[in-house]
Amino acid sequence: MVSGERTVADVFLSMEKISKQYAGVRALDSVDFEIRRGEIHCLVGENGSGKSTLIKIIAGVVRPDDGGRIEIEGAPLANYHSIDSIHRGIEVIYQDLSLFPNLTAAENISFCQIVAEGDRVMNWSKARRIAGRAMARINVTLPLDTLVAELSIADQQLVAICRALTSDVKLLIMDEPTTALTRKEVAALLAVVKDLQAKGIATLFISHKLNEVLEVADRLTILRDGKKVGTFDRGDLTDETLALSMTGKTIEYSRYRWEGTRDGTPLLDVRNLTKRGNFSAVDLALFPGEILGITGLLGSGRTELALALFGMNRPDSGEVFIEGRRVRIASVQDAVRCGIGYVPENRMLQGLVMEQSVARNVIITIVAKLLTRLGLIDPRKRAKAAAHWVKELAIKVPSIDSPVQTLSGGNQQRVVLTKWIATSPRILILDGPTVGIDVAAKRSIHETIRALAHRGMGIIVISDEVPEVLNNCNRILVMSRGAIRATFDAATATSDEIQRSVNEN
Amino acid sequence: MRIRALFQRYETNLLIAIILLGIIITAVNPSFLTLENFFDLAKSYSFLGIFAIGVLIVLISGGIDISFSAIATVGEYAMTVIMIRHGGNIATCFLISCGIGIALGAINALLIHGFNIPTIIATIATLNIYYGILTVLSGGKWIYNLPSWFQQFAIIRVFTLTSAEGIPYGLSIITVVWVFLIVVAWIILRYTTLGRSLYAMGGSMSAARRAGLNILRLQLFVYGFMGFMSGVAGVVQALLVQTVAPNSIVGKELNVIAAVVLGGASLSGGTGTIFGTILGVTLIAIMGNGLTLMRVSSFWYDVCIGLVILIAVGASAYRRKRMQRRSILTGE
Repeated sequence: MVSGERTVADVFLSMEKISKQYAGVRALDSVDFEIRRGEIHCLVGENGSGKSTLIKIIAGVVRPDDGGRIEIEGAPLANYHSIDSIHRGIEVIYQDLSLFPNLTAAENISFCQIVAEGDRVMNWSKARRIAGRAMARINVTLPLDTLVAELSIADQQLVAICRALTSDVKLLIMDEPTTALTRKEVAALLAVVKDLQAKGIATLFISHKLNEVLEVADRLTILRDGKKVGTFDRGDLTDETLALSMTGKTIEYSRYRWEGTRDGTPLLDVRNLTKRGNFSAVDLALFPGEILGITGLLGSGRTELALALFGMNRPDSGEVFIEGRRVRIASVQDAVRCGIGYVPENRMLQGLVMEQSVARNVIITIVAKLLTRLGLIDPRKRAKAAAHWVKELAIKVPSIDSPVQTLSGGNQQRVVLTKWIATSPRILILDGPTVGIDVAAKRSIHETIRALAHRGMGIIVISDEVPEVLNNCNRILVMSRGAIRATFDAATATSDEIQRSVNEN
Repeated sequence: MRIRALFQRYETNLLIAIILLGIIITAVNPSFLTLENFFDLAKSYSFLGIFAIGVLIVLISGGIDISFSAIATVGEYAMTVIMIRHGGNIATCFLISCGIGIALGAINALLIHGFNIPTIIATIATLNIYYGILTVLSGGKWIYNLPSWFQQFAIIRVFTLTSAEGIPYGLSIITVVWVFLIVVAWIILRYTTLGRSLYAMGGSMSAARRAGLNILRLQLFVYGFMGFMSGVAGVVQALLVQTVAPNSIVGKELNVIAAVVLGGASLSGGTGTIFGTILGVTLIAIMGNGLTLMRVSSFWYDVCIGLVILIAVGASAYRRKRMQRRSILTGE
């Protein structure tokens, strides 16, 4: 895009002095925002920065406080009902996609249009026609007669986009569209967005994954604590300056340094571990204090390997040694006895009872150790254990009785980790430890992981993101099609060479 | 996950089970496989079948209704009292019973929507309220002296055949009522946006809201329709039994829900077909009939129904669980 003077006609949506207060909390503070016709705009900010409130106001779901002004194509928006925004050409694809899993792709795509037109009779051939037209607009082919529940997440997303395209859409808003997608699927999605841009449709992305954001956006707007930091052209920002603007803090990407040596008896020694169709001939050794990174594409066998080490996916052959002793890990109980802890990807976000106190959340994995002789939980033991762990992991809480939902994202993640660390594992496997969280929270998780390694724990970090493993691990394994293809020493490796190795296969 | 393929298989399996059961029963007692027996079954199980259609629609929409037996009883009793005191004809009977049914169903819908109460709790409450009020007002009195025109209507046959023993039999008008309602419900579910909206709502309530569906109107339809079907079932019960008792229907709720679930509808909403429901009712019908024909004590009937439901629902749940396990490992 050429910068310079712009006429009013270039602007599709403009918002001035938009504020929103929820029960005394200022979610948005006098924010100005605009979207030009056909541009790809990204809205970034940490959790709680006001992104979702802004989206909801644009979608007409939330009414802003008086004093602001919203114009769509030069005409003011007065009513705040979702149907008004839809009529003005704004479609939102929420993070959960809002599809009907029990209906076919064709019906999902056409349903809103048919309802909007007020049809009483369900015309199945019309439904297919609408779906076909929407698919043609973005050059995709979806199995129209397949139930949406049977489609992959990426295809479901395309269904949601197609559905948005059945109306005369001018601005498509996508809330965190890439969190559940593989790299390849993200690339395909971004290609679709580019294609829409060529047709004059603007897209507003809300995203956590910063490098993706930089890849595709024409402009970015950064929010922090309900205020706008600024709107920038893509070229004007780098990873570091973007992170700084989002958090207000300089974040240094220092690499993890391991002081130990790789001789003596490893904590975990895996030899020739094989499971047909999952992984084959995997050898790896993990020494105390090491952080071992495993990266690779989705489906490369990395999660299957982790599950095998945790007793949830029994291997066909191979040997596992813990501190030199051969062990058989046939169940989760075996793994826990061997001192292995495993934090699966989705547990990082879902493993908390949000309304319950920090103390209760932390001790949930070690309840059995806190019982009185009658088998009831001893409140004194509980308070002591919780206080110990909260201090140990430097979780910042006003009190251990505060509900988890009052904590910041980073501290919530620490509570999840603490829960597992409280079981005192010697080996901790973290699958996607920072998926879906913002820069600052990521940073605090990385600090926690390093601190644990310093105390002699052996840690395996599984991650999509090459910078994450490069900066936080001392060794990196690249997996593809079930085998370890390459091993890198983090002290000498570069991000590009690891990325190349990942993509090679 | 291939849910649809699963359900296709499920209905096919159900059909196979019905045929196998039929072969076994016929082997023991050949009088099972006669037109006479079929017409008789189709008449007496119309009552269960009519309820089943209403319950299917409630389940598809993502809710559950327990109160329909009480609604049917209230409609039936009120219709009978008015018919005896003031006269009338079969049309006014249906009008009164169904009118009361729709009204009571609408109350359910308003409670569920207005107070956002879980449907099962709301309808358990209204079951007790509707049934309790009827018991108080009627004093629990049975009514025997139904007018002769009402008795005459019950034995109308669309066509009549004669058995080898010279006994007339044929397609009962009551079965025709049921078949008519099946067709109506099938058209609604398959060929109206209203019907598709019910599937949508059962699939994802929040997505339905965001799609701009009027949830209150849909709830009113669902529970109103259930009430309407209850009204019809109330009249059919009176026609079949020719006695009206306040306590003759309440208690049968779970059998009806079981038949619909047996037919493949999911208690979590969004799935279920008319065809499957008919098969579910059919299986229950021929099992009851078969046990009688095979001279098994009627006490075993409930045990058998329970076992069949366990096997049918357990088998599909087990298959789902295995599939989920696979998807955890492959990450699909």
